[in-house]
Amino acid sequence: MDSENTPKTNAASGSRTSSNTARRQFFADAARLACGVSLLGLGLGLYARHATALPPVALRPPGALPESEFSAACIRCGMCVRDCPFNMLMLARVGEPLAVGTPYFIARQAPCEMCEDIPCIKACPTNALDHALTDITKSKMGLAVLVDQETCLNFLGLRCDICYRVCPVLDKAITLEPQSNVRTGRHTLFIPVVHSEHCTGCGLCEKACPTEIAAIKVLPLEMAKGQLSAHYRLGWIEKEKAGGSLVAPDVQHHYNLPEGLRYESGKGLSTLPPAESAPVVPEAPSGMPAGLPKALQGNKL
Amino acid sequence: MNVLHGRPGAEAIAEKGWLAAHKWLLLRRASQLGILLLFLVGPWFSLWIVKGNLNYSYTLGVLPLTDPYLLLQMLVAGQTPEKLAWIGVAIMIVFWLLAGGRSYCSWVCPVNLLTDLASWLRARIGLKGSAHIARATRYWILAMTLIVAALTGTIAWEMINPVSMLHRGLLFGMGLAWAVLLAVFLFDLFVMRQGWCGHLCPVGAFYSLIGKFSLVRIKLPARAACNDCMDCFAVCPEQQVIRPALKAVGGAPPLILEANCTNCGRCIDVCSKNVFRFGTRIGAATGVGAVTPLSK
Repeated sequence: MDSENTPKTNAASGSRTSSNTARRQFFADAARLACGVSLLGLGLGLYARHATALPPVALRPPGALPESEFSAACIRCGMCVRDCPFNMLMLARVGEPLAVGTPYFIARQAPCEMCEDIPCIKACPTNALDHALTDITKSKMGLAVLVDQETCLNFLGLRCDICYRVCPVLDKAITLEPQSNVRTGRHTLFIPVVHSEHCTGCGLCEKACPTEIAAIKVLPLEMAKGQLSAHYRLGWIEKEKAGGSLVAPDVQHHYNLPEGLRYESGKGLSTLPPAESAPVVPEAPSGMPAGLPKALQGNKL
Repeated sequence: MNVLHGRPGAEAIAEKGWLAAHKWLLLRRASQLGILLLFLVGPWFSLWIVKGNLNYSYTLGVLPLTDPYLLLQMLVAGQTPEKLAWIGVAIMIVFWLLAGGRSYCSWVCPVNLLTDLASWLRARIGLKGSAHIARATRYWILAMTLIVAALTGTIAWEMINPVSMLHRGLLFGMGLAWAVLLAVFLFDLFVMRQGWCGHLCPVGAFYSLIGKFSLVRIKLPARAACNDCMDCFAVCPEQQVIRPALKAVGGAPPLILEANCTNCGRCIDVCSKNVFRFGTRIGAATGVGAVTPLSK
């Protein structure tokens, strides 16, 4: 019935030619099998390599190892899914662009609620979810990025602030930075700024964003975070470390300003009191802050 | 299998009655479906007896069970599990060493329901042709999955493994897994008799390796009574395992020692002469049979 039986029966006949034929048959069969299985292996390998890249909308549960290690450490058992009290984790199904059977969540649908006892990690029988992570605020599931300033309500001048207020790491992961509203000329924009040091990538901000499509999105860390080159130094920090200017002497900068204007570090431009400004400042076009020449519009120097 | 002889097991039914002639088949189906149901009552009725799936499960918060083949792939891919998974794999290996490696295939694996259906249908509609491929192919595929796991650093086989795909699909959502399973079914039905479980599946191949040393075996205490009706051969999913024990090839003891035997027990059911029964490998050399025991 099976092809592997034929060599044996042929060899048993004892004749040299038939044993040669049998040997040849055996090697041919073995080669065929090896080639077939190798081809299958090649296909499998390529497919597996392909699926180790996480699509940007899918986030791993807290403590997940980097993607390259995760697909080796995760045994696709779904224990994390079962022990998540908010039922927000899913196992990737066949046909979805993730390694089949691995856990993920989509922040816009259901974000991580950041349980303090992190039951998903406790349930994981391997180290795919790093058991060394015990403080959920230290988790890095991704990084929130305000991807669309054109639709963010706060950027448009409204006091939406929802992302700021739902953030579980309140006032640390997202802060509101005041900025002058150049459009109206008299209001303040409260710009949500994400701080990667504190953001866990839980996705509550993305879920809560009231625009039709979220203006703030959680992206995988490696996609969202930039990195300075290793040789970069920040002058002001180096100056602080050294306790003074590294370029001695620290020369006093001379501002070459139009008459009647003064610049002070930290305060910006101001007009000199009338007594000091003898020549008349040219009239600014309407709609612009008084006393600011056009060349300096929106320029902080 | 032709009309004159009736279907395999017809004599056994006449001799022993329908129930006795289907005893092990019914028990096996009860086991397969029962295990599946234990997993399913969790997601269906929030009755969490067992969590997880066949890869790793945790029963009643005390019993971890880990699939050894999966753990091996993980180790080869360069990762190590946590304590519970180690305990789970130790329990599983000991259990299958006792219960018979490939008992997993016939008593637990959900794909077996599908491939058994294909086999049954193939016999019912009388499909004769079958593609030929060595039964050892599964070991090559097993080796290949481990090599690919090592080279890619991922548990690559899990990307296409129909066994976990079906089980996980039932518990966590199928997606397109049904297409893969349909392919397996149609392959077994039209392309190759016992194609998936008997020739290709590396999961079964891995359990065969455990089965080489496992305790529970099919014994043939009454092999002298065999009347060569061939019913056991007709129903056996691994036909090559019967002959050595039944015909004492090379002085083999009346015991199926072939690692590929799935301990399904169907041969016991269909034999009207009660040649077969479940037993252990202990006392193999002293077994009674038609031919004198081992002479080596």
